[in-house]
Parts: sequence; C-alpha cells; structure tokens
Amino acid sequence: MSEVATTRTPAFEARLKKRYAAERRFRLAGLGAILFSVAVLVFLLGTMTFNGIGGFQRATLSVPVDFDQVGLSLPPGVSDTGAVSRALEGQGLPDLVQFSVERALGKQAAAELNSDAWRLVAEQVAEDPALLQGTHTFDLPVTENFASALAGDGHAELQPLARQLAAQEKLERSFDAGFLTRSDATDPQQVGIWGALKGSILTMIVTLALAFPIGVLAALYLEEYAPRNRWTDLIEVSINNLAAVPSIIFGLLGLALFLGVFPHMRSAPLIGGMTLALMTMPVIVIAGRNAIKAVPPSIRDGAMALGASPVQVVFHHVLPLALPGILTGTIIGMARALGETAPLLMIGMRAFVATPPDGFTNPATVLPVQIFLWSDEIDRGFVERTSAAIIVLLLFLLLMNGVAIYLRNKFEKKW
Amino acid sequence: MSPSLLLLLALGLGLAAWLAARARAWSFRRSAPTVRLSALPAYHGWYVALWVIVPAGLFALIWSAVAPQLVLNSVLSDPAAASLPPFGMQRATILAEARAVATGAAPGVFNPAGRAMVEPFREAIGRFDLIGLAALLVFAFLGGAWAFVRLKPDFAARVKVERAVMAALVLASLVAILTTLGIFLSLVFETSRFFGMVSPVDFLFGTHWAPDPMSRAEVVDGSRYGALPLFWGTIYIGAIIAMLVAIPLGLMSAIYLTQYASPRWRKWLKPTLEILAGVPTVVYGYFAALTVAPLVRDAAQALGVANASSESALAAGLVMGVMIIPFVSSMADDSIAAVPQAMRDGSLAMGATTNETIRRVLIPAALPGIVAGVMLAVSRAIGETMIVVMAAGAAANLSANPLDSMTTVTFQIVAMLTGEGSFDHPATLSAFALGFVLFLVTLALNFVALRVVKRFREAYE
Repeated sequence: MSEVATTRTPAFEARLKKRYAAERRFRLAGLGAILFSVAVLVFLLGTMTFNGIGGFQRATLSVPVDFDQVGLSLPPGVSDTGAVSRALEGQGLPDLVQFSVERALGKQAAAELNSDAWRLVAEQVAEDPALLQGTHTFDLPVTENFASALAGDGHAELQPLARQLAAQEKLERSFDAGFLTRSDATDPQQVGIWGALKGSILTMIVTLALAFPIGVLAALYLEEYAPRNRWTDLIEVSINNLAAVPSIIFGLLGLALFLGVFPHMRSAPLIGGMTLALMTMPVIVIAGRNAIKAVPPSIRDGAMALGASPVQVVFHHVLPLALPGILTGTIIGMARALGETAPLLMIGMRAFVATPPDGFTNPATVLPVQIFLWSDEIDRGFVERTSAAIIVLLLFLLLMNGVAIYLRNKFEKKW
Repeated sequence: MSPSLLLLLALGLGLAAWLAARARAWSFRRSAPTVRLSALPAYHGWYVALWVIVPAGLFALIWSAVAPQLVLNSVLSDPAAASLPPFGMQRATILAEARAVATGAAPGVFNPAGRAMVEPFREAIGRFDLIGLAALLVFAFLGGAWAFVRLKPDFAARVKVERAVMAALVLASLVAILTTLGIFLSLVFETSRFFGMVSPVDFLFGTHWAPDPMSRAEVVDGSRYGALPLFWGTIYIGAIIAMLVAIPLGLMSAIYLTQYASPRWRKWLKPTLEILAGVPTVVYGYFAALTVAPLVRDAAQALGVANASSESALAAGLVMGVMIIPFVSSMADDSIAAVPQAMRDGSLAMGATTNETIRRVLIPAALPGIVAGVMLAVSRAIGETMIVVMAAGAAANLSANPLDSMTTVTFQIVAMLTGEGSFDHPATLSAFALGFVLFLVTLALNFVALRVVKRFREAYE
C-alpha cells in the first residue's frame, strides 16, 4: 500500500514561505517607487514654498515724514502717478525722505534706504493728495545689503544696526503687495512679476485664439469627414509627430520663420503666442478627437434621419456634446504652454523688460522666462524672489488643471 | 489704424451684412408666401457675411503686415530723411523713436536727429491709415454686393456656406502638415548653410566643441565644431542617467497602481503622480540647480571625490529622471492594461503568486509596449532643455564620470542662439544643425515607437 505523497512537504513549505516573502518584497518595492515620487514632489514643493514665502515679503523701515516742513504741493490737475512723481522729484521729495530717515533713525540707517524709496511715497501721494499736509508714517524699502543683513545672511557690519532697528520695531519684514504689481528691475528689493504675468497672459490669448479654432476644426475634419486616403494618413502622422517634437524645435521654427517674416517683432507676445500655438495645436487635436469619438453614433444617425446635412449634424449635435472634453484637453494644453520656456528663449523673449507690455507687438517676457532670468542672478535676494515667482506660476497651473478636472467631472457623460 | 481695429471693422461689416441678407431672405418669403425658400434665411445671412468678412479680413491681415513698410518707404523718401545716418543701429533707433512719438506711444524724442522725422511719420501714418480704411471698405462692399445680388428664393445658400465650412476644416488640418514642413524646411535650409562652412564629417565625428561666436565669420575653423561630446552628453544625461531613474521607478509605480493598490489609494496616488508631469521644466531646472546639484556635490565630496563639479551631469540626469517617471508609468500602465485578462487569470489559476504573474506573464506580454514607452520617454528626455540649461554645464566633456560637468545638444542650441552672434556666423548656424539632428532622432524614435505600439495592440485584439 503506497502512501499518498503529501503536497505540503517541508521543502514545499520553505519554498512557499520564500515565494510569499518575495511577493511582499515586490509589493513593497512598488509602494516604495510611488512613495519616492511623492516624496520628491513634496520635497520640491516644500523647498519652493519655504524659499518663496520670503519672496513675498520685503524689509521696510517705518519712517515718519513731516511734509509741513518743506511745503510740497501738486500742480493743479495732475493726478497721473508718473506726472506726480516727476513734479515731487523736482520739488525735492527724495531729499525730504532721505532727511526724514536720517532724523528718525540715524545717518547709518539713512544710507541703507533704497534709492527708489521716495517713489513709494510719491505713489501714495498720487492716490491721496491730502497726505501732503502734516506728518505721516511710511514703510520704505531698504537696500539689498541691509535686507540680507536683517535676514542674518552676510554683511556682518550692517547686522548690529539691523538687529537694533528690528528690536525697536522700526525695521521689519512685511508682506510686499508690490511684488504682484511691479515689473522686472535690477534690485531684488524692487522687482515684481506683473510685467511677466501680463506678458504671459497676452501670449496665452494669442495661443488660444490660434490653437483652439484650428485644433477643433482639424479634429472635426479628421474624425468626421476625412476620407481614408494617403493625405489623411499624412495629416495624422504629422499631428502625432508634432505632439512629440521637442519644444525647443518649435522655437527654432519661430526664430527662422516668424522672425524672418516679422523681424521687428522680436520678443513680442504675438510671435511667442504663434510659436506656442503650433505646439499646443496637436495636443488639442488629439484630445478633441478622443472627445468626438466618445459621442455615440446614434446621435449622428438620429440627426441625419431628421434631415440634417452632414455639416449640421456635426456643428449642431456632435460638437456641443464633445465640447466639455475638448475644453478639458485645451486647458491642459494651455497649461503646458504657460509653463513652457525654451521656445520663447529662442525667439528672444528673454530681454530685460522693466515696463509691462501694452500690446501684442510690444517687447515682453513671460513668467517662466522671468523665473529663468532671475535664477541666473547672482544676488542672494533673487533666490527668494525666484521661488516666489515659481509659487505664482504653480498656482496658475493648479488653477487651470483644477478647472479642467472640474469640467471633466461635471460634464463627462457615460453614454 | 491698428490691425485689430481693422479686423473688428471687418467683423462689424460682416454682422451688418448678415442682418441685411437675412432680412432680404425674409422679404422673399413675405412678398410671395407660396414660394418656398431653398435655404433658411440665416444661411442667406451667413453667405453674404462670409463674402464680406473673408475678403476684408484677408486684406486687413495683409495690410497690417505691409503697411509699416510702406510708411517707412514714404518717410525715407521725404527730404528730412536725407540727413539720417547710413544703415545701422543708430538709424533704426532714430526711426523707431520718431515712429513712437508720431503714434503717441512716447512723449518726446530723445535723439534730436529724430525730431525732424516725427512730422513725416505722422503724415505718412495718417495717409496710409486712410488708404487702408478706404480699401477695406471697398473690398467689403464689393464682396457683399456681389453676394447680395445673387440672393434669390431658390438660391442654395446652405450648400455654399457648407462648402465654405468644409474648406475651413480642410485648411485647419493642413496646418499640421505645413508646420511639419516648415520645421523641416527651415532646419534643412539653415543646416545646409552651416554645412557650406563646416564639413558634415567634422561636425558629426569631431570630438572638440568650442565655437567662438566672436571670431570672424569668414575664417571658419571646422575642428572647433565637433559635436560628438554634445551627442554623448545628451545620451549620457537623457538616455542613461535619467532612464536609470525613470524606468525602474516608473515601471514599479505602474505595477503597484494597476495590480496592488486599492481603488481608493489609486484614486489619490495617480493624480499625485501626474502632478509631477505638470510641473514646468523651468521649475525642475531651478530645483536641480538650487537643491539637487549642491546635494550631489556634497555627497561626492563626502565620499572623497575631490573635484566634484557643482554642475554635474548626475544632478541634471536625476531630476530629469524624476520628471519622466509619470510618463513611463502611464505608458507602462497602458501596456499592462492591454494584456488580456485571460492570461493573468490563467497564471493565477496555476498557483502563481501575483508577483510571479506580473514578472513572468504580464511584463513579457506587455514588453513591446513598455519598450515603445521607454523610447518615447528617451525622445522626450533628450529634447528636454531647461533642466540641462540650468543644471548641466557648458563644458563639452567626453567623459563617463557622472560627476563631471557635461553639455547637451539642447543646451548648446540655447547658448548659440541667445548670444550676441550674427545670424550668418557658423556658431549661430550650428544651433540649427544641432536642432536638425535632434529633430531627426526624436522623429525616428517616435516613428518606431508608435509602430511598435500599434502592432502590439493588434496582436491582442
């Protein structure tokens, strides 16, 4: 009588244990891979936030200015900030501000007052001319060296003074709303991102105005009308390849073609927007085709059966139903274009632009390029400002992607 | 008159034409109630509106490109222009300044030589604005009138309008071909100019890269244009270091997400991973330069490497790898999902554990798709610009040490084109040759990868 061999021999048990251990290790490795990516993301965002918080602040001296002492006056009818600044400069406002600091905080502190501090006073006067009577306290920016001394970072000779003034609460770091309204400057205490942000907005308007209609029309054609032939294949291959061509190549195209045709529009949002539109268009076409494909054929058949022409079927029925999907893809493509730097460097949007662009043909820079330019600066103050600009850029991207996700969840239909 | 104003005017005229033509179509119906219109009145409106907007709009676009040149020519023929300095920067500045003052963009001229030019400019701009406006109105009127007189009760307006819509659709899809063609031709053109100065053999196989944009353009030293170190740096950073990070991490992430993670975890982890793909490259570049590169250098020095560079290939490659993780992960995700469920079930039914099923069945079956995904990831990594511009160095080293500073094709394109070099200099043109190589390589990678994916999909369908 032969014994039935048991399956669960000791060797088998040992093997099974090993196999289960391998299973656990494999699973942990997978989890580890994901957690590593998440950790890098958290670390990246954490570094930017940590550095960037300081970028939204600046060190200011709190200084009482006695206007009665000199008797400044505004010429009648002047209310424009630039004109007010010029008028007050002529009447000696810079000296008055300098003197006020010297009297209130001493000569050494006055030497560390930012040379543009008086402009801040002039701006506030332009808003409220009544300030020119009596004594008012202003928060005035300091020099870059003094700001870093306050942060305890270099400039040992200034640190005692900075500590002393900080203890008297005359010198403090406070939220710098001007960072969002000023433009590029050479002094990190005076920079702002409004110019770059406006350039980005103008560029995005051009990109959207070109890429959206072209992308949607091309997607409609390819999905609804295109005959199966060699031309259609060629178009499809081109679109798939364009979606994968490195962005810097589009920059080379913009440089060789667009700037060849419009040589006087170097670094204009129009050219930047056209370049980015070529890059964004394939993304919109691909997303659009998927959205159009998802519309069930019964819709088309129904419309057709009621006598609609092929164009009416598509524009009255298919397109409205596919639109949420197309819009989601468009927003994602636009978010990519907003963060794009390399092609815009190629077409010269890296110039120092100290005033916000007034139109589509004025020289401008965009937010990512501004970040790149600031990251090249040697001054320590720019590290914080760069991170702060990155936070603004990331917030914009987050907003756009949030809208895309909202659209997708709200309008997505399961047929 | 600004281009946008002209375009707006064309659109406004189009609206007027639309209303007028629709009213005309209604009047057909009212005057003879028995007659049946062969198209809805709105289609009559669209027909005439298109005949107004298209000619007038095209004219506005062309005019806004041509008018500045016409204005300039007219100003230069003015006697006041005789005293201008000859061609060059100064002349251009004076003219630009005078134009700005004449259009009211600037308060006053800085250069006294420009003051005499303001009046001719103002006069020429005024004259050409009037000419443009008049021509636009004539175009709009002629187009509109031609279309309007053709309106009849039995006029097939809808067919005509739909034909125009189809033409617009075809034109829009041709933009893709034109863009590809534009890229190809402009790169070929500039590259051939470059190869007229530097031999292709020197360029492709030389090992010394040191173009000098400030040297005289006529004297070309071909031995300074050896791009091999750039190709090596690009491959080393983009295809080796970055992939060593991205392939294992991306693949394992995809496996965990598709095979192990509970739906709730998956719902949170997948978008989080996708955030990594949405971070702009300039942010990665800053992160690499500010945080990762010093870390790498300090780690290397702690390990006893004395001359570790703070612009190491390793730092740029690592960050680039992290950037690519979500891309590899989503490609692997798709490939694994495409493997038929029956294969997985069969393996599990035979008693294999999940990880044995994944390693012995799923991955081999999904391998073509994964390889294609990796090829696409490589093509993306070697075309990546900002990370290497900000974190890798400018020195062209042919070295295998990841701590050395290395430069890449994209870095050199940026370096050559953002300098002060003239457009006819071989150093500037070399950027287009590098771009052409990059374009061809990414094109080849994508082409092969897409074919592999397609065939792989068909195999399981």
